Amino acid sequence: MMSKTFIRTVKNLERSQFEILRLRIMAFIFALVAGGLFIIMIGYNPVELYGTIISGAFRSKMAIQATIKIMIPLLMSSLGVTLAFKMKFWNIGAEGQIIMGAVFSSYFALFHSNLPHGLLLLIMFVAGFIGGGLWGLIPAIFKTRHNTNETLFTLMLNYIALHVISFLRDGPWKDPGSSGFPKIARFVTNAQLDKVFGIQFGWIIGIILVVIIFIYLRYTKQGYEINVVGESQSTARYAGMNVKKIILRTMILSGGICGLTGVIQSAGSDMTLAASVAGGVGFTAIIVAWLANLNPVGILLVSFLFSILEKGSSVMQSTYGLSTYSAAVLQGIILFFILGCEFFVRYKFVFGNKGGARS
Amino acid sequence: MIKFINFLVAAVFAGTPLLFGTLGEIMNEKSGHLNLGVEGMMSMGACAGFMVGYLTDNFLIALAAAFIAGLLGALIYAVLTVTFMADQNVTGLTLTIFGIGISNFIGEYMIVNSHTNSLKLPEVISQQVKNIYISGLSDIPVLGQLFFQYNPFVYIGIITAIILSIYLNKTKTGLNLKAIGENPASADAAGIKVTKYKYFNILLGGGICGIGGAYCSLIINGGVWMSNSVNGLGWIAVALVIFASWSPVRAIFGSFIFGGFNVLKYYFPKDIFTFPNAFYDMLPFVITALILVITSVRKSKKNTRPASCGINYYREER
Amino acid sequence: MIERNIENYAIELKGISKKFGSVVANNSIDLDIKYGEILALLGENGSGKTTLMNMLSGIYYPDGGTITVAGKDVTISSPNDAINLGIGMIHQHFKLVEAFNAVDNIVLGTKGKYQKPKVLKEKISEISNKFGLEIDSDKEVYNMSVSEKQTIEIMKVLYRGAKILILDEPTAVLTPQETEKLFRILRKMKEQGSAIIIITHKLNEVMEISDRVAILRKGNLIDTVKTCCTDENKLTELMVGRPVSLKIKRPETDNKKTILKVVDLSVVGEDGREALKNINFKLKRGEILGVAGIAGSGQKELCESIAGLMKIKHGAVLCNKENIIGKTPDEIIDLGISMSFVPEDRLGMGLVSSMGMVENVMLKSYKKNKGFFIDKNPARKLSEQLVKKLEIVTRNVDMPVRMMSGGNVQKVLLGREIESNPNVLITAYPVRGLDINSSYLIYDLLNEQKQKGVAVLFIGEDLDVLLEISDRIMVLCHGEVKGIVDAKNTTKEEIGLMMAGRSMEGADDDE
Repeated sequence: MMSKTFIRTVKNLERSQFEILRLRIMAFIFALVAGGLFIIMIGYNPVELYGTIISGAFRSKMAIQATIKIMIPLLMSSLGVTLAFKMKFWNIGAEGQIIMGAVFSSYFALFHSNLPHGLLLLIMFVAGFIGGGLWGLIPAIFKTRHNTNETLFTLMLNYIALHVISFLRDGPWKDPGSSGFPKIARFVTNAQLDKVFGIQFGWIIGIILVVIIFIYLRYTKQGYEINVVGESQSTARYAGMNVKKIILRTMILSGGICGLTGVIQSAGSDMTLAASVAGGVGFTAIIVAWLANLNPVGILLVSFLFSILEKGSSVMQSTYGLSTYSAAVLQGIILFFILGCEFFVRYKFVFGNKGGARS
Repeated sequence: MIKFINFLVAAVFAGTPLLFGTLGEIMNEKSGHLNLGVEGMMSMGACAGFMVGYLTDNFLIALAAAFIAGLLGALIYAVLTVTFMADQNVTGLTLTIFGIGISNFIGEYMIVNSHTNSLKLPEVISQQVKNIYISGLSDIPVLGQLFFQYNPFVYIGIITAIILSIYLNKTKTGLNLKAIGENPASADAAGIKVTKYKYFNILLGGGICGIGGAYCSLIINGGVWMSNSVNGLGWIAVALVIFASWSPVRAIFGSFIFGGFNVLKYYFPKDIFTFPNAFYDMLPFVITALILVITSVRKSKKNTRPASCGINYYREER
Repeated sequence: MIERNIENYAIELKGISKKFGSVVANNSIDLDIKYGEILALLGENGSGKTTLMNMLSGIYYPDGGTITVAGKDVTISSPNDAINLGIGMIHQHFKLVEAFNAVDNIVLGTKGKYQKPKVLKEKISEISNKFGLEIDSDKEVYNMSVSEKQTIEIMKVLYRGAKILILDEPTAVLTPQETEKLFRILRKMKEQGSAIIIITHKLNEVMEISDRVAILRKGNLIDTVKTCCTDENKLTELMVGRPVSLKIKRPETDNKKTILKVVDLSVVGEDGREALKNINFKLKRGEILGVAGIAGSGQKELCESIAGLMKIKHGAVLCNKENIIGKTPDEIIDLGISMSFVPEDRLGMGLVSSMGMVENVMLKSYKKNKGFFIDKNPARKLSEQLVKKLEIVTRNVDMPVRMMSGGNVQKVLLGREIESNPNVLITAYPVRGLDINSSYLIYDLLNEQKQKGVAVLFIGEDLDVLLEISDRIMVLCHGEVKGIVDAKNTTKEEIGLMMAGRSMEGADDDE
């Protein structure tokens, strides 16, 4: 009989934490190698380009500040979606929630800018939280009532939110002072976030949020409930939990945090309400949250890493004329490899020999 | 009246990329895989189709390139979800981010290297993707315009839908595929090669999505390369699968209806009422969201998502 | 030496081994079966019967050993290989596509050209006549009863011309009468020269149907004996490894006061059909009321409606004369009504598989603790107590419960319910998948509760067990109560008839 090799997949349950970490690091290195191959293919030196990314992110005080500035919205929205993901609620709508947060708060920044600075910012944050929370609540309501697919629903809300901005920009909130393309007026200084160490104070909020979310998920009843609902809704109901209430509450929080991200981005970095206020951060946040295994501290690390990539890629653009989309490509490749490596955490391949002798 | 016919024709044109995306996703979901990477695979197809068309002046080669690009995107997805059993949602989303990223990256790379400010398709290929004029048929008043004056993509799309419908409903392989989507363990126990089927159909679906992407880059933008040319159509396609209740034939109608929403802005009589442009741009997404809600409220027993969709299959699971 | 006729052997296994992680499921097993023979594979739950057979059907792949089919050494690396070798297996959980009809399920995956449904139906009816099967070709599987589904599974095997048939616990879900019918079909197949392996842990069935018995214990083949030369007691001893008395205790209690009264309860199930129709019964303190019925007769809905998890169409559930319909699950938990349901996958309901014992033990009580934060210390103490009291085997109380063995998982589940000091304990399939030792431990726990005055509703699968442990038995069929009988004065046959739909009047009717 002809001997034919075949591959089987076998469960492998006994991996130590150290082995798992080593696997992930290896996956990361493989991802960089794969990215390097791509760079070679388009005719550049990968070592040089990777070097540019790192030096681009840290070469000066200003560069570091810019890197942190990129990191703030990424960090916050990753924390936001993490709450939903823990519950296995596929909130792909961070993008829209960021936008709605920005829209709600911009109303006060634009039309009530003469309020006392502290009060105005407080109102803006509350409004932003409500805007984002509302945008997260809508799909949650339909999910709990009719089991409507939240993945697609939150996605559609992203595009709807995007066109809400263009509606406001072209009509009611159009800056009469601008010529050419319509845009929304720049916020007055009173409505802008203050700076701490030369960076808008959003970074402090981000770090505080890391701690809060960490404690919330691990040491509170509500965090426990989120975990149980995420594992099994029937078990949660059986234990007397009000699953609907938990989903709604968590989605308000998840959307609300993304809404705060919108406030910080518009009033802290853009100083106006631009259509690009979210600019894909909501999607990248999903990758970040996943790479960090939904762990808040991990999110802090991964979002920092990703900001280096983003900042570095913009330097790559100015130096080599390569598109900033290189960051998205590299992020994608990294996650592909990490997703692939998760397999080896739980399984392994075994080669068998068909028709041949077996031990 | 003429305006209305023009509107219908425009709806068909605008609906065609959606049709490809929807068909591609149907093949994915029928094999039990909810692939959220449609937008990404379409983007990859858009880029490959345009660039190869730009370089070769040949429509068929461009089409093949778009198909292969979509297929390669699907290959990443299939390797990760079928073989490595990675989470389908996350893998699909990553594929979308990656696909959009790499297409835009290559697009800008080509622009920089061509030393011009924009890329425009050569005249030869523009001629090839022009509407086909069939003497005799195309001249029939109204009917001729409604049915016989489209570009090749439209016909390819409709024929693909019909072939897929026959494949799914009238062949043994189609039956096997549906069994895998419903219950891979049963299909496996019946001796069907689950992995092989999954790969084949996911890749096929990806290729079809790629062609839909080529439509976006070759036709919609009038032969000029633009970033983000798919612009959310892939996401609507994923939702349209639900609207079409996993039937390729119903996907034809669903796509064209949605095409209608996309072009309504140009045909809605302005003298009755003027809506802001943003309203029209928002419309397809609002309607899609409404459809999601309506289908979930109705909850019919028949024509539902294949039961194993979204869950990876491992034979030795205990 | 005696010349051995190789052709006569359908299957020979030599030194077959299989490990899952560090668990040895099969340890160097030698086994053979001839054509025209029925072999019973006997063993407790977890003894490795199904694993062994799954290696013949291509679901699992052995770590070592050789398989010979009809005299040839073979490699079975996929179900496809098994089918090509003429091996058909009927799994305990049927491998049918619910959305397809009978014909599509039967022909699924077969080679050859596409054929018109009419031709296929003729082929199928020809085979049905030969073996005495009844099949409604156009019926969708989701509309079929368990017994009908099983018939389709047998048909699938016959349609592929398999000469070797493996059945995994085929009678677990059948009424005694349906079991008889199945055995008639199997005998017919044996006459036609098929080799049949039947996996079971029911001794009376082994004695009735098999020619030989192979006994497995903890992954090892203990012995192979001719059925005619053995008896049930000898087999039990081989199976368990020591002499056991198979008698389950049924302690007497007094002061039986009604605590739970179900009146005209009707419930619409998930599929839109009426899952419970006008159910009436009383549950008393200090008794075990057994619930019998074939799978899907409304057991799950009954549990869930008492626990407040289902919407009730009409009717009432009175706990100490207080109607609990409309109360939320946690209000019902506060009344001391405790429910533990062991689903088929064991972990789907009641336990969170990725969490450890501590977090699972506090599942129902975490709210009692005041404030925003959670206090895991009481749960940790309780978990450690449970580990000692119930001899739960776990590395530590934080190890995810999915890594525990089935018996231990069920001890955690039942232990938690008992620790909440319930008035009413509803337990569904508590010994599902457990070996005899663990099962008896669970029976003792239930009896202990009964003696403490707890009212126990015991939903079971095994009629023999129900008959021994229950004080009274209620029989469900298609969501209706077909009768409530005194367990001491009834027979298996009587219950079987009621499970199939025959009504018995009165609560203590002994015909």
